[in-house]
Amino acid sequence: MNMMHRPEPVIRPEPVIRIEGLTRRFGGPAVLDALDLSVGRGEFVALLGRSGSGKTTLLRTLAGLDDVTEGRVQVPGDVAVVFQESRLLPWKRVWQNVGLGLGARDAKDRAIAALGEVGLDHRVDAWPLTLSGGEAQRAGIARALVREPQFLMLDEPFASLDALTRLKMQAMVGELWQRHRCAVLLVTHDVDEALLLADRAVVLEHGRIRTEVDIDLPRPRRHADAEFNRLRGVLLDALGVEQASH
Amino acid sequence: MLDTTLQPVADQSASQRRPVRPARSTTGQAARRPGPWRRLASPVVVLALWQAACSAGLISPQTLASPWQILQTAISLTRDGTLPHNLLVSLGRALSGLAIGTVAGVALALVAGLSRLGEDAVDALMQMGRTLPVLAMVPLFILWFGIGETPKIALVSLGVLFPIYLNLFKGVRNVDPKLLEMARTLGLSRAQTILQVILPGALPDLLLGLRFAVGISWLMLVVAEQINANSGIGHMMMDAEDFLRTDIILVGLFVYAALGLISDQIVRSIEARVLAWRPSNVR
Repeated sequence: MNMMHRPEPVIRPEPVIRIEGLTRRFGGPAVLDALDLSVGRGEFVALLGRSGSGKTTLLRTLAGLDDVTEGRVQVPGDVAVVFQESRLLPWKRVWQNVGLGLGARDAKDRAIAALGEVGLDHRVDAWPLTLSGGEAQRAGIARALVREPQFLMLDEPFASLDALTRLKMQAMVGELWQRHRCAVLLVTHDVDEALLLADRAVVLEHGRIRTEVDIDLPRPRRHADAEFNRLRGVLLDALGVEQASH
Repeated sequence: MLDTTLQPVADQSASQRRPVRPARSTTGQAARRPGPWRRLASPVVVLALWQAACSAGLISPQTLASPWQILQTAISLTRDGTLPHNLLVSLGRALSGLAIGTVAGVALALVAGLSRLGEDAVDALMQMGRTLPVLAMVPLFILWFGIGETPKIALVSLGVLFPIYLNLFKGVRNVDPKLLEMARTLGLSRAQTILQVILPGALPDLLLGLRFAVGISWLMLVVAEQINANSGIGHMMMDAEDFLRTDIILVGLFVYAALGLISDQIVRSIEARVLAWRPSNVR
């Protein structure tokens, strides 16, 4: 099981994100170590890894928040990020947050349409600090989608939500992706989440790719599926989680 | 006299009594607050004792005028125009000083807060300047600006400058870095980031500074008007000293107190309006 699990080579769409030999150090050992990764147009990739594996650094680099010092990174201009905390401006109403920086005359209409897409029509004029955790995260997703990005990054977007809300949000993200078809990089440490949503799961360890798994399951996916369970085993194993054998 | 003037107030305080409740409810559930009447009870008692002591001759009018006397003096000072005139002069000084100090403080804080170069140029000076006791500069101000309006307004401005600068600078620098990152990922320009993220984020600190500044502006004004002036509430009080008119002095004191209270209320209501997004202000 320690072998790299790679099924038959799949024909991948033309990449929109290309990372070659990306290395990042903050003083000590490399956080990202000569990393190669690409994400195809409209592809949904889940990035897994334990804390300290370099997930967040990779995401920050792709978002342009960290500089590239070694290696090459090619990212389209229109990138949107959904953070773990919604990061809404508390002094702007929800629709103003979504329309932030759009500048267009129809910014408000577009913001309201995006809020409708994430099921927040009724909270358009609310102040962000009055939103629940799930609502705030929906607003964050609307703010990302309203820009129609080619590449969407989600940084553990559901980590701080309760289990029920998380299931609903995962389903919603799946639908939104099917509709918008942007390339997605979902950073998570939830194996089931990766298997529910992604075309491909990449497990990062010490700044390198330890395992890469193509998830070729029909959608919508179900936890009970045998292949789902097999892949979960593969990913958990790659993450170093001991499993009871049965 | 005493009974007829004070009785209605006391009656009201008894009839408006309400069940005990926390003085400030943090939950936004109810606009109903316990009536202010119960809180008025102890000041009314003090006022009654004061009046009684004066009427009984225990306190001479040269030490402390009676509340009734003060009220009558206030009315006659208003009738003959002395009080309104001096009040307007004082208000004018306070407002111009507040305006100048606020504009200068905001400008300096933005220069220092928004650029490293600006911080190096401005902040060290301001941090040194704030340790100066501004009131100790009165003699220097008189030498520089004479005894006209300039030294008084300058004193108020200088007193206002520091709380505005210090709070706004802190506010600009303490804006949540996560929000700044978010602004970068959204591709906001520097100007957009300043207008939409940094300034609104620093606004609560600016308003806090403004509240300090308003308090300080009255303090500065009292000192400026008592040292040398030929108009203003402070001048009216100093004039009264020469004639042992404690009633006029006390009218001045009450006017200062009322001005302080009212201006603080004004800043608070601005706060509630401008910071409507805060959960405690949301209805």
